[in-house]
Amino acid sequence: MTNSATKIRLGIGSAVLAVMLIAALVSLVWTPGDPYRLAIASRLQGPSSLHLLGTDQLGRDIAAILMIGARNALLVSVGAVGLSLVVGGGLGLIAAMQPDGIGDQMIARTSDLVFAFPVVLLAIMTGLILGPGAASAAMAIAIFTMPVFIRLTRDSAAQLREREFVLAARAMGASWLRIAVRHILPLLLPRLAVQASTQLALALLAEAGLSYLGLGTPPPHPSWGRMLNEAQTYLGTQPLLAILPGVAIALTVMGFNLLGEGLAARLARER
Amino acid sequence: MRVHNGLRIIMLASAFSTPLAAQVPEQVTLCMPLEPPLLDPTRGPAQAIRELTYGNIFETLVAIDRDGRLQPGLAESWKVSADGLVYDFKLRSGASFHDGTPFTSFNVAYSVERAKRPESRNAQKWIFDPILRVDTPDPLSARIVLSRPTANFLYGLAWGDAVMVAKGSAAENATVPIGTGPYKFSRWVRGERVELVVNDRWWGAKPTFAKAIFRFISDPAVQVAAIKAGDCDALSNLAAPEAIPALKRDPRLAVTTGYTEGKTILAMNNGKAPFDDVRVRRAIAMAIDRQQVIEGAMSGLGIPIGSHFSPSHPAYVDLTATNAYDPEKAKAMLAEAGFPNGFSATLKLPPPAYARRSGEIIAAMLQQIGVKITIEPLEFPQWLERVFRGKDYDLTLIAHTEPLDINIYARPDYYFQYRSLAFNAALNDAETATSDEARNAAYGRAQKRLADDAVNVFLFLLPKVTVTKGSLTGMWTNWPLPANPLAELSWK
Repeated sequence: MTNSATKIRLGIGSAVLAVMLIAALVSLVWTPGDPYRLAIASRLQGPSSLHLLGTDQLGRDIAAILMIGARNALLVSVGAVGLSLVVGGGLGLIAAMQPDGIGDQMIARTSDLVFAFPVVLLAIMTGLILGPGAASAAMAIAIFTMPVFIRLTRDSAAQLREREFVLAARAMGASWLRIAVRHILPLLLPRLAVQASTQLALALLAEAGLSYLGLGTPPPHPSWGRMLNEAQTYLGTQPLLAILPGVAIALTVMGFNLLGEGLAARLARER
Repeated sequence: MRVHNGLRIIMLASAFSTPLAAQVPEQVTLCMPLEPPLLDPTRGPAQAIRELTYGNIFETLVAIDRDGRLQPGLAESWKVSADGLVYDFKLRSGASFHDGTPFTSFNVAYSVERAKRPESRNAQKWIFDPILRVDTPDPLSARIVLSRPTANFLYGLAWGDAVMVAKGSAAENATVPIGTGPYKFSRWVRGERVELVVNDRWWGAKPTFAKAIFRFISDPAVQVAAIKAGDCDALSNLAAPEAIPALKRDPRLAVTTGYTEGKTILAMNNGKAPFDDVRVRRAIAMAIDRQQVIEGAMSGLGIPIGSHFSPSHPAYVDLTATNAYDPEKAKAMLAEAGFPNGFSATLKLPPPAYARRSGEIIAAMLQQIGVKITIEPLEFPQWLERVFRGKDYDLTLIAHTEPLDINIYARPDYYFQYRSLAFNAALNDAETATSDEARNAAYGRAQKRLADDAVNVFLFLLPKVTVTKGSLTGMWTNWPLPANPLAELSWK
């Protein structure tokens, strides 16, 4: 990838994400209309000066719902990936530091096992334990994503373990923990960042999917996935109801992917 | 919980991917919203049981037809004594149960005795309460003697709760139902469908279809997809009225809109604070704009009601102006009851789309008067267990689909936990009245009492939107009671 192509990707990716993030943050203090106030008389309207993106099947302002939906989508996907990065990365490091040990085997096999569970099934299980809602959706996505980070850290750290600087540190009497945290982890961070942005795209898509199936944020709190579900039977009357949350999901996923690709390209060049 | 719908979408999506079977002339597939928890209408209140079994697997002595009129069923004819206490039924000869047991007056006596037992789980025991004894002078004559004149006795006998069962098979009817009807139970694939086959020994005219399948699809979007894909020959009640215009444009489909007897109500736990205070209940009623609920949840399809009574009955009184929509007055009423800042409550919602959608709208309306609602979606078995039987709820939303069931408000053990001597007196007047005029006037008083006491918030009469392939004929347009008699179906 040429330098300018990388720059364009990074630029577009971060611009799209910045817009979503700003929309989500602004929704904390201001939305174009009250997203919880129904106005049945003015339902299913097209865009107008009063409602920038029109109104939904219960007369709520779609722009306002989308903004709060962005908050929900970003919070769940960032939360899930963050949790999975910290726990999965930690487990991967531990596994790499004791090759062929019981711990390594257990962590590797457990991550294989978790890999076998589809995210919907995980969400049903976390929903039973935590109660259905955004938290259990995030937990399911975190568990689903974790094997990716375990494998990435474990395999990358295992390569680094044999390098001279690690040997040198060992010779100086550094503990495994110190070597892992001070010498190996910093070298893994760029790769983890690239992986995390790809996983964020997948997590956002998973959150939308779970909400679509009713396993995410419960009504009346807005969520892009549930907007899609509820829009289905209105496709003939007001297609915008389905198009708008669909575009929001697609744009954000694209933003995370472009960012990930851009970061990966930059990383490759620096090597 | 919506989980179930989600899984169903996935399962159906995979079903769609198989090549579409060509229309089988001897087979009909009806799609209905909910799966029945069991298949014995004498052992549970779920409407889905009746939709599937009434007039198909099981039959009653007298039947209700598509227009709500009483028709001969397993009884060919009947005579009522002048004092209204003795009912003589002449039974149909040649009727038999699916296992070969002949149908006789002893089955009548047994069915009544079984329903009256203390341990019976019959959801409508009031039907049998007035019965003093059943005499069986000969196998084809049954005489039912009442202890008091009961206006709607015959009507009650026509309900699914009063179907005729046989001693040898009744215990297993929940899973392997054995009735006298035109269709025999064949197979139940849990979570998906029930299959029936025609009963060649049925007493009536031979039905068109040798085989019938009931499939269960609750998600409105999946219902629309299934009927368009040809997976259903008919959809007994479409849950998404907003899809009607698009379905009507499809030349392969026929859409009819009618009404059920389903009084859709926001039920309040009258036995639990703060809903034991009539001022709180009135405030809740005044906070809800019925017309907006009908518009938002049902795309305008639904007749507003002001009490627990169907506009199709001659005794109906329009009470929609009682506790009419007035959020300011509602707030003042709440303050008077000691809740100037409102309070928090849960709203437990069963799975049907009308309930989930109306619930979301009503939660937003109650928010406006300071009542903070947490919505708790439940699957139907959980709803029956926790809300209906356990009375563990604040608010819930459901349609009561039995015709003329205002008497449920006289049952102190019913889940509303409403107790009113004045109401009981009015109802008693109606049930023992000897003239139609007096009876209707008494029903009017009973309706008014419920509206004044704001026992529940009475919302609307639930519509029935039937979608069929253009080539299929015979589905009921209205539901005087929830039933899909298969023997009345045929290809055009």
